[in-house]
Amino acid sequence: METKLIIILILMIAGAIHSLHARDLLSAIVSYGVVGYSLVVGFLLLKAPDLAIVQIVVETIALIIMVSVLIISTREDLAEKSTVKIKGQSYVNIRNLSFVFFALVTGVMLLYFFNIVTTGLPELGIHETRMATEYIANGVEGTGSINLVTAVVFDYRGYDTLGEATILFTAVMGILAILRLKTHKI
Amino acid sequence: MIPYMLCFVLFLVGLYGVLTRKNILKIIIGLCVMEYSLYLFLAMTGYIEGGAAPIIDPANRAGSVVDPLPQAIVLTAIVIGLATTALLLAIAIRLYKKYKTFDIDKINTLKG
Amino acid sequence: MKGMTIIVKNVTALLAGLVFLYGCYIVLHGHLTPGGGFAGGTIIAGSFILLVIANGIQYFRLKKEKEESSMFEGAGILCFLLLATGGLLLSVPVFFRNLLPGGTPGELFSAGVIPLYNIFVGIEVAAALLSIFLAFVIYKTEE
Repeated sequence: METKLIIILILMIAGAIHSLHARDLLSAIVSYGVVGYSLVVGFLLLKAPDLAIVQIVVETIALIIMVSVLIISTREDLAEKSTVKIKGQSYVNIRNLSFVFFALVTGVMLLYFFNIVTTGLPELGIHETRMATEYIANGVEGTGSINLVTAVVFDYRGYDTLGEATILFTAVMGILAILRLKTHKI
Repeated sequence: MIPYMLCFVLFLVGLYGVLTRKNILKIIIGLCVMEYSLYLFLAMTGYIEGGAAPIIDPANRAGSVVDPLPQAIVLTAIVIGLATTALLLAIAIRLYKKYKTFDIDKINTLKG
Repeated sequence: MKGMTIIVKNVTALLAGLVFLYGCYIVLHGHLTPGGGFAGGTIIAGSFILLVIANGIQYFRLKKEKEESSMFEGAGILCFLLLATGGLLLSVPVFFRNLLPGGTPGELFSAGVIPLYNIFVGIEVAAALLSIFLAFVIYKTEE
């Protein structure tokens, strides 16, 4: 179980790195699809079929929208320069060394905080359901729905779903306002 | 503990993309990778070894089930993630129409 | 964009109805099986997106359709809010009160108002995603 999850995560990391370094934007989007569809397999391994169904359709629609953006614009990536070459000096100059130094300091700091946060977390697979004990014990009799995720989404946490619907509505209104071509003359 | 660590590495890969890339589309892809690592982390915290999917048969209630609360939260977050990604893509496409490039450095110097 | 070849158009005409029906099934059985309003809504939006991609841009007479999907989205969220406040008015004053009778768990007509919430959220999500896609397509044609 845990080894399968590790393999899926390594595949996701490889896809993400290739997606960020691809020369062609279309191949970058295809590699991004590798990340999303691997996430579907991860959800299935974690016994979350609701999330898997949503994620596989959402990923497909996201890829379609991204490709439609590429059709309108261009496919070629920009020429990225990762290191700065100053005339008359080698790559080992004070500027590049300072970049490496700041990257190392940031990485060590992030690892330190990650260690602090995850010390209280139990191992994968051992989880004591503090809040969900009530939901699991009385959810079926209380709400009448045998799918507990639906019971939590629409009954116990209805406020969250209402807020989510409002955010979706606002995002769609923003997209329609941004993509409108014929503006009114004031 | 290794899957949590790899989730964190995936988050860092997305952060690296957001900070170092100059193409707007790749910045959006980095943001999406960060979102995905967060979804997987939240789903992992609710996993119980040997538990079934959170659908209870009322006649036969034996056995433990996975925690349904993180799954419910992630379920709403996925759909919001698609909508905000589409909003970012709409902004990117309007920028391309005005400046004819995806390079954020050029967009920054062309302003005014 | 004038659509693809006639083979693709015919196969899509056969398949899109099945995909739409599958989305409706996922929405209606959201309290019994994995799925629910969010998953079913995205599948329904996917069936319409399939039709637009295969048949080209004139298939829906697009300008009007964008308005209509926007209207469905607003109606979905309004019905959701009305159901939530209906519990407040009609019975014990609690927001999101389950005001219909429960029924036996495990049957299709059970769980009070949860299937209605599923249906309205499904309409809202499907209309929202379809509006997003049609906005991009109309932007491309008008450019």
